Amino acid sequence: MTFLLVAVGAAVGAPLRYLIARVVDVRVGSVFPWGILTVNVAGSLLLGVLTGLVAPPSWQAGVGVGFCGALTTYSAFGFDTVVLAEARERLLALLNVVASLVGGLAAALAGIALGSALTG
Amino acid sequence: MPRVSAVTSAPEPAGLDAPAIDLAGQPTDKEWHVLAVVALGGALGALARYAVERALPATAGSFPVATFTANLLGCLVIGAVAGWVLRPGAHRLLRPFVATGVLGGFTTFSTYTIQVLTAALHSRVDVAAGYLLATLLGALVAVEAGFVVSRALARRRPGSGRR
Repeated sequence: MTFLLVAVGAAVGAPLRYLIARVVDVRVGSVFPWGILTVNVAGSLLLGVLTGLVAPPSWQAGVGVGFCGALTTYSAFGFDTVVLAEARERLLALLNVVASLVGGLAAALAGIALGSALTG
Repeated sequence: MPRVSAVTSAPEPAGLDAPAIDLAGQPTDKEWHVLAVVALGGALGALARYAVERALPATAGSFPVATFTANLLGCLVIGAVAGWVLRPGAHRLLRPFVATGVLGGFTTFSTYTIQVLTAALHSRVDVAAGYLLATLLGALVAVEAGFVVSRALARRRPGSGRR
């Protein structure tokens, strides 16, 4: 049952990542991977809320492992960073690392705080 | 050299292909195919990650071995297959299925950030910092290692696997 929840959550999260990243990247029109940064920060915020809420296991599987897990990605982040560095855009590669880590951790912390506050 | 984001996020390399999604209008039939294979690949990738997490369960305050393994493995594979999925003439659904779907679903950033914070909030700043840096550096080295593998394979099969 939990495997099904993970699969369904991911089947929504992965195409949503694709769509959000595409819309953001097309709008911004930069070599900097704004789209993946956006989904990684947003997904960290949402998983933080879920963690702060101390959601039941079924929600953690479907929304946490499945949806948030597939909405966010490390392979795209790593790939984009290495490609930027190899394209002699070392500053952009470094900025991508710093923005992703700082943004992702700050969003996750804010999410945990928000989720805890909602629980009371 | 693939355009940045070309493999794992959306934008098509200019001129290679029609945009997968027409942002001004409704997705066409062919564009729904892209979303469908991303959804299918994402579900398969997430299931594989979940299986790894069940096999290597995390305990509070300890190093998250399972997510660490999945993220590094996904980065290694994306480096290795980038040339294959981006090569001219590759099936148009190959990249969305393999890179955006399977590998995007197999790896995760949100679980990573939450695990770093959880370790720190459990007063295991050593685990938090070690995990943060080990995943980051390991992932970048893994992508690069994947590129090396890809180039080695391309040399064995001239004309294919070019990155």
